[in-house]
Amino acid sequence: MADDLAKPEELLENSGYKRPATGWMDTPIDIRPGMYCYASNPKSVEYVGLPNPRQWNPLEDDWKLPENWQEIVHKGIKERLEKFRSFKIFMDVCVRCGACADKCHFFIGTGDPKNMPVLRAELLRSVYRNDFTTAGKIFKSLAGARPLTLDVLKEWWYYFFQCTECRRCSVFCPYGIDTAEITIIGRELLNLLGLNIDWIATPVANCYRTGNHLGIQPHAFKDMLEFFVEDIEDITGINVEPSYNKKGADILFITPSGDVFADPGTYTCMGYMILFKYLKDKYGFDITWSTYASEGGNFGFFTSHETMKRLNSKMYAEAKRLGVKWILGGECGHMWRVINQYMETMNGPADFLEEPVSPITGTKFENAKSTKMVHIAEFVADLIKHDKLELDPSRNDNQIVTFHDSCNPARGMGMLEEPRYVIKNVCNNFYEMPANTIRENTFCCGSGAGLNAGENMELRMCGGMPRANAVKYVHEKHGVNMLACVCAIDRAVFPALMEYWVPEVDVTGMSELVANALIMPGEKDRDTDLRGEPLPGKEDE
Amino acid sequence: MVIDTYPPDTSRFIKGQKDPFANPVGNTTFEGLQTLFDALFDDMNREAIVSSLDPIIRIRAIQDFTPSKAISFIFSLKKIIREIANKEFPDDQVADELFLMDSKIDNLGMIGFDIYMECREKLYEIKSNEFRNRTYSAFERAGLLKQDCC
Repeated sequence: MADDLAKPEELLENSGYKRPATGWMDTPIDIRPGMYCYASNPKSVEYVGLPNPRQWNPLEDDWKLPENWQEIVHKGIKERLEKFRSFKIFMDVCVRCGACADKCHFFIGTGDPKNMPVLRAELLRSVYRNDFTTAGKIFKSLAGARPLTLDVLKEWWYYFFQCTECRRCSVFCPYGIDTAEITIIGRELLNLLGLNIDWIATPVANCYRTGNHLGIQPHAFKDMLEFFVEDIEDITGINVEPSYNKKGADILFITPSGDVFADPGTYTCMGYMILFKYLKDKYGFDITWSTYASEGGNFGFFTSHETMKRLNSKMYAEAKRLGVKWILGGECGHMWRVINQYMETMNGPADFLEEPVSPITGTKFENAKSTKMVHIAEFVADLIKHDKLELDPSRNDNQIVTFHDSCNPARGMGMLEEPRYVIKNVCNNFYEMPANTIRENTFCCGSGAGLNAGENMELRMCGGMPRANAVKYVHEKHGVNMLACVCAIDRAVFPALMEYWVPEVDVTGMSELVANALIMPGEKDRDTDLRGEPLPGKEDE
Repeated sequence: MVIDTYPPDTSRFIKGQKDPFANPVGNTTFEGLQTLFDALFDDMNREAIVSSLDPIIRIRAIQDFTPSKAISFIFSLKKIIREIANKEFPDDQVADELFLMDSKIDNLGMIGFDIYMECREKLYEIKSNEFRNRTYSAFERAGLLKQDCC
């Protein structure tokens, strides 16, 4: 009778299941141009005192590692297992159920199984098992363990820099494993050997030295804002001259430098300036910009906890120096995750600041009780709710808008409603993308966590594909022509992503749309929006 | 056959997940192939062929495929059609039609090559322009860059 039963091989053959030609541990990596970012400039690594600064090239066999590199990594893992309970739990608790596997935009876009979050984590977990668990030490590969070889290290580098730490996978994990934190630790370990990418290392050094990622000095920062003042005066007839480094101002404003220096974020920046002028004239709002803490973003977050802390501390040091009551933060992505999840234990409590209260509406921003930093979307939504802004949304009638939830504000701080509320009040045409691509399920832009370089464009196009696919859908269904977001990296990378996948769609920040709609006291009859494009009905003038 | 050009773990997902937003590669590929078949058995309208092939090749042009691998699926249509034809018409009754179909598929291959090149060129264009469009133009607009005069 046993002879009548199908053999395992036959069952397997008929099941439709096809085994990979090689197991994942035995599938070597092929570092492909277009999928990785250039190695860090040693000068930048040296500037912030990170280990092993030297010229190296990921395509060469010799990565110029320190002789005892395995020992450094082993000690690095041990230290972090002791320091971060979350890391220890995430190493132990995964049952490899696969719920996360197909949720990653990089897996969906590249089709590379090593971009399944579970497998990306296994790259590190396998070494953890080998070095730190009894089962791994005894049963080796049978227990999913493997020693840290040079090939394994290269695999780490390749795939931990193919993760944008967006945390979409963690939404689906029944154990709540935050794969982003595994990537964060993975990158920290790589940094111990000087294996960073230049798109992160140089902005970190710049930010440490001059206060922002681009290394723009205070006078140039001021020059840019003054240029916006002129441009805004041409468009609205109003001089919106901001205040700089004003001691004793009520509020300090900090935004990513991308808003000041990179299109189309510059229009978002003009939006802030118009809003602040409006509030100053109407309600005596007293806000100042700092030319020193001129960066909201924090690429230290993509380097190591210590580097993140150093860069974050500058914002609070400046708030202390100026003696403001609290900080208003602009449209940034990872800045908000750093503020919401790490700031308090890194540099907090910021007890020299006051619990933020809107001087205009009296609203207490309880979410910002500890960090003393309020998100501009929450601040503006509160103003609109209390009818404090005079708005003409028809000025945005040429825009058919959809909203991309930036990963960090959405998943890192739970801010889902406020930007929508603002946009719907300043635009008449708004359409949501499909439900499984927005809010806490939002698909990443594919270029966050320091991966917004140019040399990895194939990777960016793959990673951003699921997002672009949803934009394409609302473009075809509703004629959407504008993708709004509240993140400077989004604004910097979406134009390229759209150009490849949905060229008919442009990119904007929320505050740009607000400023287009905001009717300023004493303004002239506006003919154009902030980009110099004719307003609806003014096309022939 | 198109999907089988991906690793087995990936092709299982691409075939199995039917939600078009959770699985853009699968959805785009299946939709594109459907309309491609219609065009193939219809009048081979170039516009219709491009709109079917472009979304599939646009994806494959940035993934880990060599140029030949990226468009090789087009030629596998020959095998598929032969298999069906041999089953339905075992006695070589449709040899002429198959010959015609082969040349149509060769044509698809050439259009596919055009699309692939267009995608790659677009990618290089985006790469080279991005920096300029982003930062350089903001500085230029602000008059903060000095133009060399000669």
